[in-house]
Amino acid sequence: MIRAFHILKSNPLSLVGMILVLTITLCAVFAPLIAPFPDHNGAVVEFLNANKAPSAQNWMGTDLVGRDIFSRIIYAYQISLVLGVVVLAISTPIGTVVGLIAGYKGGWIETVLMRITDVFLSVPPLVLAIAMMGVLEPTLTNAMLAVTAMWWPWYARLVYNIARSEREEGYVLAAEVIGASSNHITFREILPNCLPAIITKMTLDMGFVIIIASSLSFLGLGVQPPTPDLGSMVAEGARYLPDSWWLSVFPGLAILLAVFGFNLLGDGLREILGVEE
Amino acid sequence: MTVAISRPPSPDNKPFGNFMSSILRLLWQRLVISVVVLIGVSMLIFVIARIIPGDPARIALGPNATAEQISNLRADLHLDEPIITQYGFFVADLFRGDLGISLYTNRPVTLDIAQFLPATLELVLIAGIFMVMIGLPLGVLSARFQNKWPDHLIRVISLVTVSAPSFVWAVIFMLLFAFYLPLFPIAGRLSDLYEIDRITGFLFIDTLIAGNFAAFGDAVRHIVLPALALALSGIGQAARLTRANMVETYKKPYIEMAQAYGFFPSRIANHYAFKPSLIPSLTIIGLDFAAMFGNAFLVEAVFAWPGLSRYGVAVILRKDLNAIMGTVLIIALAFVVVNIIVDLIIAFLNPRIRYSEKAKP
Repeated sequence: MIRAFHILKSNPLSLVGMILVLTITLCAVFAPLIAPFPDHNGAVVEFLNANKAPSAQNWMGTDLVGRDIFSRIIYAYQISLVLGVVVLAISTPIGTVVGLIAGYKGGWIETVLMRITDVFLSVPPLVLAIAMMGVLEPTLTNAMLAVTAMWWPWYARLVYNIARSEREEGYVLAAEVIGASSNHITFREILPNCLPAIITKMTLDMGFVIIIASSLSFLGLGVQPPTPDLGSMVAEGARYLPDSWWLSVFPGLAILLAVFGFNLLGDGLREILGVEE
Repeated sequence: MTVAISRPPSPDNKPFGNFMSSILRLLWQRLVISVVVLIGVSMLIFVIARIIPGDPARIALGPNATAEQISNLRADLHLDEPIITQYGFFVADLFRGDLGISLYTNRPVTLDIAQFLPATLELVLIAGIFMVMIGLPLGVLSARFQNKWPDHLIRVISLVTVSAPSFVWAVIFMLLFAFYLPLFPIAGRLSDLYEIDRITGFLFIDTLIAGNFAAFGDAVRHIVLPALALALSGIGQAARLTRANMVETYKKPYIEMAQAYGFFPSRIANHYAFKPSLIPSLTIIGLDFAAMFGNAFLVEAVFAWPGLSRYGVAVILRKDLNAIMGTVLIIALAFVVVNIIVDLIIAFLNPRIRYSEKAKP
């Protein structure tokens, strides 16, 4: 804990990352209190105020039907964060269990599980997610499903590599000698040693999931309007460049800011937890 | 538990012969794995495509189709057979180079892909060149000036570049370098005033075949911004990886010795530290390069680049299964090919590569 504090102090960038992540999370949680126009997260229309440049009243301008872009970005953060948390909360345990079993048990189980994993890893995650959304209806739940299906293999691969080297370590052999069950060894002995790498990867992946999810909605395959989403806001606004630049630039920068925060924090965590790249 | 048995070196073979045969063995193993992977991907997409709710035949024919028309099309597409049989038909067609008819363009999917793929390939290749030519030198600079200001600057910049999807960079580049500073064209692949025969589909080649250098220059100007937007996060990733690996290499005694000899820092960085550090980064750089086939979808949409993306998104929105399968398979194929090439490059760069290492527990 003290070491962590010192590293945070000596590495101001990870502190910046932590502040960014905390600010964005708080904004998302308390969106109705923070957003200047909380009702603008839905299908509100204020044509008199449509497509206005940034001003004191609308810090980031208004969109084509007059909704405050700043308010919509805060609500979009809500969706991005929920999506990221749900995707990671489902795919991490699945990938971890697959990786642990394949790595510790070995044999034909290892071959089957890791070949299946390799198939998933052999296509860019975005392409498979696009293909899945192509056959599913574009909703938030399906977007989560598609991204989750693409995500667990990365954890399987990560945990598998660690488990495979850990199973040769003395403490595992010792546990085997005293007759510990393989369940005990996998989950009580090996798993704790995978946790630092898993936690670091989860932090970095929050950013990456936000990128993939916003990419899906940018292509019109994710969250549908009128629900605010950073990707679809950029897509909509990109058609009105350069005159209405605020339509696409601010949501784009919002993605950048959130992902940058998670990346800084993840890099710092990697140092604190001593995880190799 | 398996135990790795390293093959004893055969005394009869010359070292170089050994090297070539290990390269061939590597290539062979890679090809076998790739075929397994492609079969896996095709099954995955096939299963996803067939378990969705909704009748593809009904979607294709529209709401006014009669029951008879639908059942005819279902029979044509083998939709009434069990899924294993359907997959069998699909694979058999695939081996004849037949990906079926696109319900969107009413043309063979292979023709559609042949038409749209070159533009995407050209874009991805140029972006890959940017990634290597800009990313690696940045990483080397960063490691050479470790913990000095150039290092800090490059690290922050590369972290920023990996923190946004390529479509955000596309929008920002377009705004800055096409609208505010009109250095580059706004969109498309070629200005309307040039008429170029599409022979290969690669404009860089076609314009040269036509001997039209003005058109070639125009094509180059058109590709800069989209390729840069597509490459940017890869550039940052390559710089970060190269730096991380070189920092490790700099701790080795032989570097210290080179420093003690008083070699120029630039010589140490470029000649002694770079190559051994490049090899571990190459696998991931290769993966990033291959991932550009996916990200090209995003950049093409912003710059109205007439590649696979517009086709891909159009067929996805129309649930055109044959075309979706074809597009995904061609991207998976490109991905697999790139990975094989990267593995071969690594093997050529690192003669020590011993493939049996993979079998270690």
